Amino acid sequence: MLKIFKLIIIGILLSTNAIADSDGELELSKSSKPTKDCFEPLNRATFSFNQGLDKAILKPIAKGYRNLPTPIKNGTGNVLDNLSNLITIPNNVLQGDFKVAVINTGRLVINSTVGILGIVDVAEDLGFPKYEKEDYGQTLGKWGVGPGCYIVLPILGPSTIRDTAGSFVNVMGGDPWYNASVNGNNEYLSESIYTASKILTGVEFRANNIDSLDNLEKNSMDFYASVKSLYLQDRKMKIKNIKRGNIQIIYNDDGDWEEIDTK
Amino acid sequence: MKKNIILLIVSIFFILKPNYSLAIEADVFIQSTVNRATQTLSGNFTKDERIQQLKNIAIETVDIDGISLYSLGKYRKTITDDQLLRYKKVFKDYFLKSFSSRLAEYANPEIDVYSKKKINDKYTIVSSKLIGTDKRPEVNIDWRVYTNDPKNLLIRDLIIEGLSLARTQKEEFSSIISSNDEDIEALIKSLSNFLKK
Repeated sequence: MLKIFKLIIIGILLSTNAIADSDGELELSKSSKPTKDCFEPLNRATFSFNQGLDKAILKPIAKGYRNLPTPIKNGTGNVLDNLSNLITIPNNVLQGDFKVAVINTGRLVINSTVGILGIVDVAEDLGFPKYEKEDYGQTLGKWGVGPGCYIVLPILGPSTIRDTAGSFVNVMGGDPWYNASVNGNNEYLSESIYTASKILTGVEFRANNIDSLDNLEKNSMDFYASVKSLYLQDRKMKIKNIKRGNIQIIYNDDGDWEEIDTK
Repeated sequence: MKKNIILLIVSIFFILKPNYSLAIEADVFIQSTVNRATQTLSGNFTKDERIQQLKNIAIETVDIDGISLYSLGKYRKTITDDQLLRYKKVFKDYFLKSFSSRLAEYANPEIDVYSKKKINDKYTIVSSKLIGTDKRPEVNIDWRVYTNDPKNLLIRDLIIEGLSLARTQKEEFSSIISSNDEDIEALIKSLSNFLKK
């Protein structure tokens, strides 16, 4: 029953997405069209709520986390990366990146065994290529689904209709870590361990970005708009896998620069 | 006669040499700019001195005028001459304040320039890495260098881990204008208010 409900939600999200943004045309087939902020007043209110939560809870925890000894931080980061690989591998396959899927499977096996449940990134020491996370939102993007409207989720932060739909896939069987800990008949794992791992992922992200976000907030006239811009740029870059060598795309993508001659 | 020819060649060489030597490669330009900024940031200066020096570096090496126009986005076409004049003035002060304040907080940054890629006659992208420390991870920084005049290269954008600062600023400006009934005056006012902070 729950599964059917989730399926309906994804269906609604994706159909809304198509109506909201693409006019029947695939987003990535067009030159970069700005993502609509269809619920801006609500988004801004949620953003303020999240900022309050961040200042009261997340940021202090992240500051504490940042002061932990480096080996502990590295080990935690490695374990979380290793768990995220469970989502990355099926997405590599869905995106047709079979070679990367094989490499990431090798990485997962080595790090989970020799690397003691992922604490040590043995694969990196062995010369494996740099690990790039993938998720179902990215896969949908790669398949040509447009981002739809920009939305700010309570607690979870910036997203789009497409990326939110992608996140639902995780809890519908797309995340083996979720399946094993929440649905699995396993005495060592439980829903609280899964939740803890997700909270830790958020804390780690926040800890790694304390200075940059403080700096951004201090120097922004509209912090909401800056965060939105950075989130959407980041997602676009990840969907196009720009870090894997086709970096020129982003520089050719912005025609505005070609119009400006000052000297 | 032979002496005259040699003299002529030497004269031509010296006449041409200054022009030739002023043309600089984009990666060398970025590395030297970065080195100047690093000297400022790691030197024994007061915060105000440091900020002033960073502003001087920015005035010499960044195309502030070009960035101001880019940041207007679609509103470049509708802004009046009078507004543009006022906007450019306030933007320059805003940019220098924001730029120097962002950089002033980095102590001893170590940046290695490792490659460059020519996009077209106007632009070369220079890639560099901010070396990681215990407090922050390694960061990839690309520089969009405006090479229209090879003797006067200028920085137009910093792309940090693939995220363009200029584009972020353009979208922030656009948000301010659009949420104020498309009124460009609202942006000019916001920039002025920022300077008062």
